[in-house]
Amino acid sequence: MNDFESPILSVKNLNKQYGAGCGHCRTGDEERLMKNYCPKCGTVYACRHISFDLYPGEVFGIVGESGSGKSTLMQCLYFDQDVTGGEAYIRTYKNGEVNLFGESSQQKRHIRNHQMGKVYQNPVLGLRMGFSSIGNIAEKLIAAGSRNVGAMEGRGRTLLEHVNIPVRRMKEPPKNFSGGMQQRVQIAKALSNNPPILLLDEVTTGLDLSVQASVLDLIKKLQRQLNISIIIVSHDLGVIRMLADRTMVMLDGRVIEYGLTDQILEDPQHRYTQQLVHSLL
Amino acid sequence: MKSILTIENLSKSFTLHNLNKHIRALDRIDLDVKEGEFVGITGKSGSGKSTILKSIYRTYAIKGGDIWYASKKFDRINLAEASERQIVYLRKHEIGCVSQFLNVMPRTTARELVEQAIAEMGSSEDAAMREAEKMLAHFELDEELWDSYPATFSGGEKLRLNIAIAMAKRPRLLLLDEPTASLDNSSKIKVKILIEQLMKEGTTMLGIFHDLEFMKNLCTREYRIQDGKFLPGGNVVS
Repeated sequence: MNDFESPILSVKNLNKQYGAGCGHCRTGDEERLMKNYCPKCGTVYACRHISFDLYPGEVFGIVGESGSGKSTLMQCLYFDQDVTGGEAYIRTYKNGEVNLFGESSQQKRHIRNHQMGKVYQNPVLGLRMGFSSIGNIAEKLIAAGSRNVGAMEGRGRTLLEHVNIPVRRMKEPPKNFSGGMQQRVQIAKALSNNPPILLLDEVTTGLDLSVQASVLDLIKKLQRQLNISIIIVSHDLGVIRMLADRTMVMLDGRVIEYGLTDQILEDPQHRYTQQLVHSLL
Repeated sequence: MKSILTIENLSKSFTLHNLNKHIRALDRIDLDVKEGEFVGITGKSGSGKSTILKSIYRTYAIKGGDIWYASKKFDRINLAEASERQIVYLRKHEIGCVSQFLNVMPRTTARELVEQAIAEMGSSEDAAMREAEKMLAHFELDEELWDSYPATFSGGEKLRLNIAIAMAKRPRLLLLDEPTASLDNSSKIKVKILIEQLMKEGTTMLGIFHDLEFMKNLCTREYRIQDGKFLPGGNVVS
């Protein structure tokens, strides 16, 4: 049905569980679980059979309540955590023929540095708070093989200007910066090596409204200028409405609904999505 | 003339889980729109007019029936079964929708909004800029407003911008969902002139209007709907 374009990222049947499982829950019979964990052995099934495609230049939204598995999914995609099962393919990596999760840790680092950038809700996870801001960017450039200091400084300047960090403050460490600025440095760092895919995990949560607006405007601008593909996780439906063309809704580690964002918001099908959307009003 | 849109047996219902309710909105609707036509749908509020348009635009998930659209890119395609990415493509390039509500990116100027709409079609930045100015002038939006945010516009200005954004793309099919509902007479007349121009340019339109007088003078054919069904003989040539 959709052969007029091919995805940049394909995720197939991704599973992530915490715990070994037991005879009770290993059968795969989901009725035996309580929400997403096994009442007998306590194994948590954080992501269950998650499949989706991300297309070039699109913003793909993921919504769901806390504990629904959104962040775990993002961590798995960025190799912050190992998956329990499943496959992922990136078109620009080995022609999209090799399952990323089966690669060596060295290859995974390469993928992280060249194919993806990630922005965390908590800047402490994405930045070295005591290093200079430009040093943070240089770190990512060095990891990708850059060695020319002048070129790296030039690239760092361009990136920081791009995200509206005054160049005179580029030598300052992010710990001196406000929350919104820290998020913008993270975005600059994530973009260092021109990755085709950007993962945004609750990037505006906890920021005040005007700062949130400036970060969202920046994301929109970058997406338009760089034509980068973005996965954005948020529990804020306003953010998703503003940015995403398509959205998937998660609950208890599973995808319960996919759709066009306006359809998810105006004509939600699943009981939980209806509850979520009606909570908005 | 060739059909651009053929709806067969379209049904739509809403299941509201928390209220334990099932609402039937459309019941086996058939509708046909030929290229270049302006087809109107009339009926009381709650009769299902908007539901038809929202089903075509896929803002509503479709439960039963087919919506055949003669696409430039995909040839004959069933919008009820098309992938979301195909719908995203069609919304960007072929099918426009205008309602009385302006739903745009906040903190973006009127000029940028029209430019972006044009740029999405693949024009160069320069060309988009020139074309955007032409459109804004064409839709009689004060030049002072071009570089301000639509949130500050009056109802009539918002609507004209809304139509400008939709029209800048020169859609093959334009859905009009009561665009004139909240407008005063002089604004309505401006919208009417614009619609007449679009018709001359060959845009096919399917619209709902509250104001029957307004619509009667414009549309080539009319369907009357009641309780989710078209009335027999409702397919009147006016």
